[in-house]
Amino acid sequence: MTILRTIGKTCGFLGYAFQYACVTHCTFEYVGDFVMCSGPSMEPTLETNNILVTEHITPRLQMLRRGDIVIARCPTNPKQNICKRVTALPGDKVKRNFPRKSQYVPVGHVWLEGDNSSNSADSRVYGPVPYGLVRSRVLCRVWPLDKVASLTE
Amino acid sequence: MWLKNLFKSVVIGLPVGITLVDTVGYVARVEGISMQPVLNPESTNTDYVFLSRWAVRDFSVRRGDIISLVSPKDPNQKIIKRVVALQGDVVNTLGYKNQFVKVPEGHCWVEGDHTGHTLDSNTFGPISLGLINAKAVAIVWPPDRWQNLQSHLPANRKPVAHAI
Repeated sequence: MTILRTIGKTCGFLGYAFQYACVTHCTFEYVGDFVMCSGPSMEPTLETNNILVTEHITPRLQMLRRGDIVIARCPTNPKQNICKRVTALPGDKVKRNFPRKSQYVPVGHVWLEGDNSSNSADSRVYGPVPYGLVRSRVLCRVWPLDKVASLTE
Repeated sequence: MWLKNLFKSVVIGLPVGITLVDTVGYVARVEGISMQPVLNPESTNTDYVFLSRWAVRDFSVRRGDIISLVSPKDPNQKIIKRVVALQGDVVNTLGYKNQFVKVPEGHCWVEGDHTGHTLDSNTFGPISLGLINAKAVAIVWPPDRWQNLQSHLPANRKPVAHAI
């Protein structure tokens, strides 16, 4: 009888763990999550090892505005995420570095640039980024504690 | 009391369902004629396919796979196409601005089977692997069309040059 009870308890515990894993997945996928950023491309706004709170609702509703900082999948490597600022929306005229020319942002795309324009691989290199790659919008920085700040405009 | 139980089931059941759909896969209706003759062979009936999210969890696709992806032109729309070339391959395009295109890193070239009646990479260029949503593995409805979808590439659509 004790074995049966142990099995029953284990199953119950696993069931709860599964339920909470699902709730966590949905929260992080549809509501918001935490992101730790690394790399120099967004200096001086963001530095390596800053922790950010992001939300997924605005990109899903396609209500991004110019100036928003977003997390997106890197167009050249889907396993990597990039953190950049939206500088232009469809229809805006932008300048590209390679090949050096100006172009209009096409429908369904955004133009992403890092704040550290001298050290950032962004839309100036790989062109407009499809909206479908944008994962979330950065709300605020929560770490380090002395630099807690809202990052929306 | 039963209202409370119902509420509890919804609160727990909904996230479980969404998570399963997100990680395992789901059934979707195919609209349009762009993948004829494999999908929707007659425009009168519509096929339902099982889209496996698990198969593309690390963004690995092969040439010939049928995938669903977020349209680069409209993020609300999902389109279903066949992978023709992977990164590094050179494709002989059908009406794109350049006759030969080398697929850039992290991208792939997708086309509908119904050449001339499909909006695919020949219009919008190579697509980023990050836009891939799922891989279509089988037709599940109607019952007489029940079959697995083969990974198949017509000989004339093979890339001109393969990357390793």
